Amino acid sequence: MTSPLQRKLKITGPTVVTANRLRDGIVVWLKADGVWSEDLPEAAVGNTADEVLDLLDIAQADESIAVGAYPARVNIGEDGAVVPGTLRERIRCSGPTVAYGEAVAAS
Amino acid sequence: MPLVETGTPSPAPYVRVADDEALPDGAVIVSAERLLAESESLRVRNGDLGVLWPNDRDVAELEPFLPRLNLVALDFPKYRDGRAFSQARLLRERYGFKGQLRATGNVLRDQLLMMSRSGFDAYEIDKDADAAAFSEALKSYSVFYQPTGDGRPTIRGLRAALRGKEKA
Amino acid sequence: MYVYDEFDRSFLQERVVEFRDQVARRLSGELTEDEFKPLRLMNGVYLQLHAYMLRVCIPYGTLSAPQLRALAHVARRYDRNYGHFTTRQNIQFNWIKLEELPDAMADLAKAGLHGIQTSGNCIRNTTTDPWAGATPEELEDPRIYAEVIRQWSTNHPEFTYLPRKFKIAITGAQRDRAAVRVHDVGLRLHKRDGEIGFEVMVGGGLGRTPYIGKTIREFLPKEHLLSYLEAILRTYNLGGRRDNIYKARIKIQVHEMGAEEFSRRVEREWEETRDGALKLDDETMADIRSRFITPDFEKLPDNPLELTIEQDPAFLRWKANSIVPHKEPGHAILTISLKPVGAPPGDATADQMDAIADLAERYGYGEIRVSHEQNLILPHVRQKDLPTLWRALDALGVATPNVGLVTDIISCPGLDYCALANTRSIPVAQRISERFSDLERQKEIGLLHLNISGCINACGHHHVGHIGLLGVEKKDEEFFQITLGGKGNSKARLGSLIGPAVAESEVVDVVERLVDTYLALRTSPQESFIAAVERLGIDPFKESAYAPR
Repeated sequence: MTSPLQRKLKITGPTVVTANRLRDGIVVWLKADGVWSEDLPEAAVGNTADEVLDLLDIAQADESIAVGAYPARVNIGEDGAVVPGTLRERIRCSGPTVAYGEAVAAS
Repeated sequence: MPLVETGTPSPAPYVRVADDEALPDGAVIVSAERLLAESESLRVRNGDLGVLWPNDRDVAELEPFLPRLNLVALDFPKYRDGRAFSQARLLRERYGFKGQLRATGNVLRDQLLMMSRSGFDAYEIDKDADAAAFSEALKSYSVFYQPTGDGRPTIRGLRAALRGKEKA
Repeated sequence: MYVYDEFDRSFLQERVVEFRDQVARRLSGELTEDEFKPLRLMNGVYLQLHAYMLRVCIPYGTLSAPQLRALAHVARRYDRNYGHFTTRQNIQFNWIKLEELPDAMADLAKAGLHGIQTSGNCIRNTTTDPWAGATPEELEDPRIYAEVIRQWSTNHPEFTYLPRKFKIAITGAQRDRAAVRVHDVGLRLHKRDGEIGFEVMVGGGLGRTPYIGKTIREFLPKEHLLSYLEAILRTYNLGGRRDNIYKARIKIQVHEMGAEEFSRRVEREWEETRDGALKLDDETMADIRSRFITPDFEKLPDNPLELTIEQDPAFLRWKANSIVPHKEPGHAILTISLKPVGAPPGDATADQMDAIADLAERYGYGEIRVSHEQNLILPHVRQKDLPTLWRALDALGVATPNVGLVTDIISCPGLDYCALANTRSIPVAQRISERFSDLERQKEIGLLHLNISGCINACGHHHVGHIGLLGVEKKDEEFFQITLGGKGNSKARLGSLIGPAVAESEVVDVVERLVDTYLALRTSPQESFIAAVERLGIDPFKESAYAPR
């Protein structure tokens, strides 16, 4: 089921679908086979609004594994590597940009 | 949609009547507009009378009709919209309504006890599983901090009783 | 501090059981995410960028040593060995798993702690003066009333599905350290004709549309506290906007209706209930008061030899900065700075929490406070123990003498953790802290509140910072809007925007220029930064901030 609102999705480049895993909250990305992965490079990349909408439909149809799915811009390197397209997604992918906990106390 | 009643059960199921529909015999629930517009004919009509009162309308307006009303249904259009909790307390605690106070709309298990505490005694529950868990849901807490009109003992009262015992 | 009785404990046990059941129903699919979200929020559970976040309530900022150890335990067992103290006197854990949360809650409950109503559209933790019960300045200990409010508001059947969140703050001292004018309801204890009561303020708040609260009642006799609050909440629950999340706070209702009309409606509602079951009689108040443990203060002289003999300049600097007078002779109120140079503001490791709990037990009658400036406070320490305490705190890395100074930065977690943030805030705080790390220079600058928020929701309270920084994102680049002249105290005022947002790479330089402008223009070292801004207006600061380089 897709709402008319979602059909208006605009994308500005290669896009993946990401969410947080229900049981522990960690960041996951949707693979082409509809399974969630902890690794961004495994994510299915949509290049048109329709492709991304199809991925979103799969993600949002079932919130028993992952929740809060949304489309996220990625960049594709010359070697074909998929990397996050925004600061927010870089942080979600690699963790906080600042040291925390005992790493701070040790520094 | 399962109906759970904890007060005096309705003698017969209430029928919700649209504003342009003729009133059937027996127990009916009408809209607020109809209640206000046809108050005289409704007053003398035989059969139980209920009203579905919207949650953005002051329940003080209902006061003159309460002696005739057997049921007031209050609406939870979304379960996050908690206005009817206040309406229920006002109807019970300020206006002394003794008939059935029914929760309708998006009624979920995790709010049933709060509804009961606010004065509801009938629930049109969304999910069968939630209705099946009704008595369990009402027992999820045994102690309560705030006084409402529900008659459950409050922690303050229990503490005062304990102090009384200690003194005695 | 308040000690739970069997009823409080039963309630908490039942809450843990209820939450465990709710989590199980969510994991089994019986509850949808949409249905579950408000339930988890009401237990302090957010879903952030990397993981779930648990916000644990620290009622009116007061902790016992065993409670602080319970927090350390949760940090170790369920998180990554640290926690973050917040501007509302609570603590957050950033890396918690949903499936482990019921166990974490059960462990917290053993120490009388919980996450109840630290989020969601309900009545939140009542905040108050972190010096309550210790400062000579107060009329009465506000925590007694904060506890009365806690009990009344906990799981309130009528007010758990409000239009939006609802925050109450209370002060018992003339000097307001609880920012009562920027809360949904602010309460100030004061005396009239020999009787103590409350000034009631409504509709303050920061966030997207900041407002200073309006006084709707100059004097409310104490026994009517709860009935009056219930009248306010009922007026809000029935009439607050629900059509637009950004207009759903009570401040918008008060603003749209006018404070006079709002007050009239509250009074009319209150007339119906004022002498009902919520009236606080002396016996009830005495009962609540009796469950607060008041330290059995030793009879000690002020300025004992053990204190005056210690002449280490680093100690003297720390003492001058971090200690304020206590109501009891021979005692002091000590602030433990959680703002070491270059560290994330307000964070503490599990080991630090354990060690501070030990120190509180040994030297501070077992009591700890959390301040809204994101520091910890030992409210009752013996002056003679200060040198020993200083060495112990210094060894823990929490004796930086920067309380109230430019590096005592209030900051939200920002985009490094928060799902709502537009920009990061911690790295900016760290770089400002490093730039001003010279203690002599900080002392020379004097009192300066610098607040950073990573988005318009204003968790870093930037509107009331003497210097406020608000992160805004433009084309995936971080920029900061700068406000000047905000104050959160009894003369609360919102800061003024000085001009266009500056790039993240320039913000530290701009802050430094603002500070240098103050140093150049102040009439004397006695004129504080905020006083100079008030005297001069923002123009000279604006000029230097945007001066071409």
